[in-house]
Amino acid sequence: MDAYTKVKLARSSSRPTGADYIKNIFRNFMELHGDRRFADDAAIVGGIGFLHDMPVTVVAIEKGHSAKERMKRSFGAPNPEGYRKALRLMKQAEKFRRPVICFVDTSGAFCGVGAEERGQGQAIAENLMEMMTLDTPVISILIGEGGSGGALALSVADRVWMLENSVYSVISPEGCASILWKDAKRADEAAETLKLTAQDSLANGIIEDVIPEDDIGSKGYYRMIREKLYSEIKILKEEKDLTGKRYARFRAFGSSGEEAK
Amino acid sequence: MAFLKFKHAPKNELEKGGRGEIAPAEINEQPSKTCPKCHKKITLSALWARHNVCTCGYHFRMNSRERIELICDKESFREMFTDIESQDPIEFPGYISKLEAIRAESNENEAVICGTAQIGRQECCVFVMESYFMMGSMGTAVGEKITRIFEYATENKLPVVGFTVSGGARMQEGILSLMQMAKTSGAVKRHSDAGLFYLTVLTNPTTGGVTASFAMEGDIIIAEPGATVGFAGKRVIEQTTGRSLPKGFQKSEFMRQHGFIDAIVDRSDLKAVITNVLKIHKAGS
Ligand SMILES: [Zn+2]
Repeated sequence: MDAYTKVKLARSSSRPTGADYIKNIFRNFMELHGDRRFADDAAIVGGIGFLHDMPVTVVAIEKGHSAKERMKRSFGAPNPEGYRKALRLMKQAEKFRRPVICFVDTSGAFCGVGAEERGQGQAIAENLMEMMTLDTPVISILIGEGGSGGALALSVADRVWMLENSVYSVISPEGCASILWKDAKRADEAAETLKLTAQDSLANGIIEDVIPEDDIGSKGYYRMIREKLYSEIKILKEEKDLTGKRYARFRAFGSSGEEAK
Repeated sequence: MAFLKFKHAPKNELEKGGRGEIAPAEINEQPSKTCPKCHKKITLSALWARHNVCTCGYHFRMNSRERIELICDKESFREMFTDIESQDPIEFPGYISKLEAIRAESNENEAVICGTAQIGRQECCVFVMESYFMMGSMGTAVGEKITRIFEYATENKLPVVGFTVSGGARMQEGILSLMQMAKTSGAVKRHSDAGLFYLTVLTNPTTGGVTASFAMEGDIIIAEPGATVGFAGKRVIEQTTGRSLPKGFQKSEFMRQHGFIDAIVDRSDLKAVITNVLKIHKAGS
């Protein structure tokens, strides 16, 4: 399957969204709203619940399925208040020693006048900084689109996994094509060039694992992810110097080979 | 003589299209620039004498070496990590040849220079991004150098003064460029957790992934007048929203009004302000 076909699959509105994962994986989930500063961003759903017997905090970017729902969720493009809500819930998780699980699915952070006025860049930057030293296990799963800084702002984790047909990229293939060749229609070529598939990310050492999608959306599928999360978090809970290892994980990116002198 | 560097410097994408371009050399005429704000012609030597600020107050961009000369005490800058250069991690078409051309043209090997220096006799670490090198975009080399200067500053208990100018993450290095946002933010966080001081000076333009990482992570954030500071590009926002943008949108004055910048400082006052801020933090530690 070529890269751009994967991009289209990753964007498909028939894929399970963040809310579907929450509903099918966790027990007794309670949604917690708002960033306590400005508003509640519907593009991010956050809350608390159980993973088996384990209390956890869950943060998910939600795109919605129907046209109406997708409008309400800003097509999964979070505003600064969304990232600030996520950080508030993650800090709360740290306080109560709860692991954090993020489901990431966005074409990018919301692009608009209000988002800039409320500091989109600052909100993302703060998440990157604070997540790096969050003293509790963090796992992020890219379930669809991993669009640039808007996706990274929920992916500074101890483990990052990607679904088989999800993508992770610094720029959209359309954006890349229009800068490079002044032609957004050459997005298929750009998608290949950017090496944005889950398999590319694994090969580049950016993620730890690729999750197969054979029976995506089925009971067995969610059970598989539940068990995978549960066993991995048990391992992470035993880790010594978790935040030191998290720093080392990111520190290694782009400092290999001849550069590491 | 620093201003002589202008001969070969301003040739990147933003400077094209008549904004601040060097006028073609004519007989008996000194090389000059036209101010995009007041449209007056000003000679390069006169401009340099005013730290690249027009008489109307317009702040022209300056390259990283000129910035060092303006801000750091004479001959105090000791450059570090000069051997770090970008690789071609995703084998992006044309990237290597583009890098080679820019290296030759700019006399720099990457879009940031780092080192130790004294500013008003205050010992500190300094990084200065270079707009004339691929629009100050952040790839693995920029990320690595920024990370190293923060690690060095943490180890040696030094403050960091950083000058940002950037179009964002460097597309040609793909996902590895994006990862530099997290990597540099981690290094800033460790420096911060050690109780050390970080001052950011935002210069025109500071955008994209650099705004969404170390540019916005300073304990104190100051900006030059009229600098564009934002995350998403103006054109992209206009296209996405179909609305025209408010006056002064994403200028440093606008960003201060919205609470994201501590102070806007004229270039002529910059060294004195930085010195004062460093002294206050030294006295408190
Ligand atoms: Zn002028």
